Amino acid sequence: MYLADSRQSKSRASTNEAVAPDTRPGRRAAAIPGTVLALGAVSLVTDVSSEMVSAVLPLYVVAALGLSPLGFGLLDGINNGVGALVRLLGGHLADRGGSRHKAVAAVGYGLSAVCKPLLLLVHTLPLISGVLAVDRTGKGLRTAPRDAMISLATAPEHRGRAFGVHRAMDTTGALLGPLLAFAILRLTVDGYDAVFAVSGCVAALGVLVLLLFVPGRVRESEPAVRPTLRDAVVLLRRPALRRLTLCAVLLGLTTVSDSFLYLLLQRELHLSAHLFPLLPLGTAAVFLLLAVPLGMLADTIGRRTLFLAGHGALLAGYGLVLTLHGPAVIPAVLLLHGTFYAATDGVLAAATAGTVPADQQGAGQALVGTGQALARFVCSLAFGALWSVWGGRTALAVTATGLAVAALTATALLRPDRSAPTDPTEDEVSAA
Amino acid sequence: MTRSARLLTLLIAVVLLGAVGTGAVLYAADRSGRRDQEQAGGPPVHPGIVTLKPTGRQLVVRNLAWGPHRDELATVPADRPDGPRTVSGEKCLRFHAAAGTGICLQAEHGALEDTYQAVVLDDRLHELHRFPAAGIPTRARVSPSGHLVAWTVFVSGDSYAGTDFSTRTAIVDTRDWRLEDNLETFALIMDGHPYRASDTNIWGVTFADDNRFYATVATGGQTYLVQGDLAARTLTTLHQNVECPSLSPDGTRIAYKKRVAGASPDAPWRLYVLDLATMTETATAEQRNIDDQALWADDHTLVYAMPGDYGSDLWTTPADGSGAPARLMTSAVAPAYLG
Repeated sequence: MYLADSRQSKSRASTNEAVAPDTRPGRRAAAIPGTVLALGAVSLVTDVSSEMVSAVLPLYVVAALGLSPLGFGLLDGINNGVGALVRLLGGHLADRGGSRHKAVAAVGYGLSAVCKPLLLLVHTLPLISGVLAVDRTGKGLRTAPRDAMISLATAPEHRGRAFGVHRAMDTTGALLGPLLAFAILRLTVDGYDAVFAVSGCVAALGVLVLLLFVPGRVRESEPAVRPTLRDAVVLLRRPALRRLTLCAVLLGLTTVSDSFLYLLLQRELHLSAHLFPLLPLGTAAVFLLLAVPLGMLADTIGRRTLFLAGHGALLAGYGLVLTLHGPAVIPAVLLLHGTFYAATDGVLAAATAGTVPADQQGAGQALVGTGQALARFVCSLAFGALWSVWGGRTALAVTATGLAVAALTATALLRPDRSAPTDPTEDEVSAA
Repeated sequence: MTRSARLLTLLIAVVLLGAVGTGAVLYAADRSGRRDQEQAGGPPVHPGIVTLKPTGRQLVVRNLAWGPHRDELATVPADRPDGPRTVSGEKCLRFHAAAGTGICLQAEHGALEDTYQAVVLDDRLHELHRFPAAGIPTRARVSPSGHLVAWTVFVSGDSYAGTDFSTRTAIVDTRDWRLEDNLETFALIMDGHPYRASDTNIWGVTFADDNRFYATVATGGQTYLVQGDLAARTLTTLHQNVECPSLSPDGTRIAYKKRVAGASPDAPWRLYVLDLATMTETATAEQRNIDDQALWADDHTLVYAMPGDYGSDLWTTPADGSGAPARLMTSAVAPAYLG
């Protein structure tokens, strides 16, 4: 199992830098760490499982249970809030003690896994919503420890690529899940219970891969002091992390949610209604293809640079929707939208890793991720309100203007590079 | 654990979990096979000619009785709904017909996912035109003249564990095949003022004539009965808390699902009738939760689907709140009266 023997025990005072395995002179550091591949495999398998359910759930609710699912999404807002808090908790718990990352992630993956067979037992909307909420809680718990493990297992100069590989594997699973689910539905003629049962088996497999192939300790030494909740808050005193969080929040506040963007594409660019389900597939395919190359690019030109460039792509996408007409524009918008995800999602996690010490990777990832998620949620509320007052097009124009201002501010905030950008990893741990 | 021990563990788990998964799929496949065999004691079913312009008055339904003709359109004499069914070979998830025009919402099983089609049929069930539908079919209606058809489908947000459902409602004029793909693009007038929102959903069209129709609009957590004008492309709110409206043949009343206070959140609807002249609401004698767009058998009687042993049964109750609900026929859904 992958555990770099080159790591040296460090005292708390010197753990200001996340461990850097595979950087011994003379050894090519090109291989992607086994931990990253194992976590990628876990995410791939888990996403197959969860997207199987997502793909057939509407059909199951409407066609098999004969329920009207409108208003079903009302809980989403509450779930988002709870999910954000759970994510912070997951990150914090994971940092306490040496091998907690894996344990907390395992609880998160396990919680989602047991939800799949539970779907066999519940047949009313409130109960199905409840099961989905637990599923999401599991996702919230595992996200930060997982990203922390990826950071800790990877040499700082390769983190962009490592997160790119992970996100590509994750997205692959998300695209495969619906294929498997519909193959089963074909085979069994509306055997939704078979889909849920197979989804449960696949999810169990994901947990098992995690337990077997992800090392319990990605860090060699126990920190002398366990980080407390207060330490997690004090994290924000680190100027680099504070700037990054602030930028993620600012940009998140002006990032229109996927569902709003797709709705706008349909209504403004006159996409015929039956092509609507293809829009998320377009974004995901671009994300999948570009995640690794852009992650590697981030390692070369700097993560924060690419993070900003990714938002430039998003801004260009908004611009296309606002200025051009007709469905022919849609592929270009989806290309930019997928590029935005490939250039920002894993890249932000990689940038975050460089700004927090090794023993607080979980809390750091949770903080930035939660900040971004809550900001996007606020953006959704505001965007919906703007749409009601001025219509979707004007709402997008306002948001695009906001995004431009936020991107300029973020550029100023993230470029205090006193030193020349000779260090491509842009780690700012020394500034802390 | 050594590397080989871990791999062995994984292998064993893959075999075990694979066996469980395969077992679940085989079990489900076997069960679906049983559904293709005729159920004992079920209604007699005969293949035959189904026409939308029959000589006598008939009721057409989607037949849910187990057997080789499950899901096919079937007709029964209107006065003998529990009698033998004549099945057509035409499969529809949702169906409605009037004046010799039929609208049949079908699923097409693709490799990646199901796609859906709205198929307009003539009186002999021959296809006249088909339109791709955006999601899972839920409601279908034909105007009394047979000139206009409408359908509603559910689409779901594609987010993680997506629970964000919305509807798309379309209207087609069968004389020139002009398609209004999404009624959300119509101007909405609420309490006399123009209203815009990103969260509007529209479903359950019921036609008054070849221009005027009624439907449900949901926005801001509230549902409204709207009157639609196809030529002017407007929707005007009339009343609150109305879902799946159905206009009476004389055009004076709307039967609908009303969300009642104090009901369980997974069974919130009761069947009501609204008088359009006075806007007074009348509860029907049906006390159970209803989730269907009711059908008027005549100016005094409602027909609607309720969960049943084989998916759904059709029930009937007087529109004026009197009497008691009675079962009309078993193993059937999506009814329409012909002739």
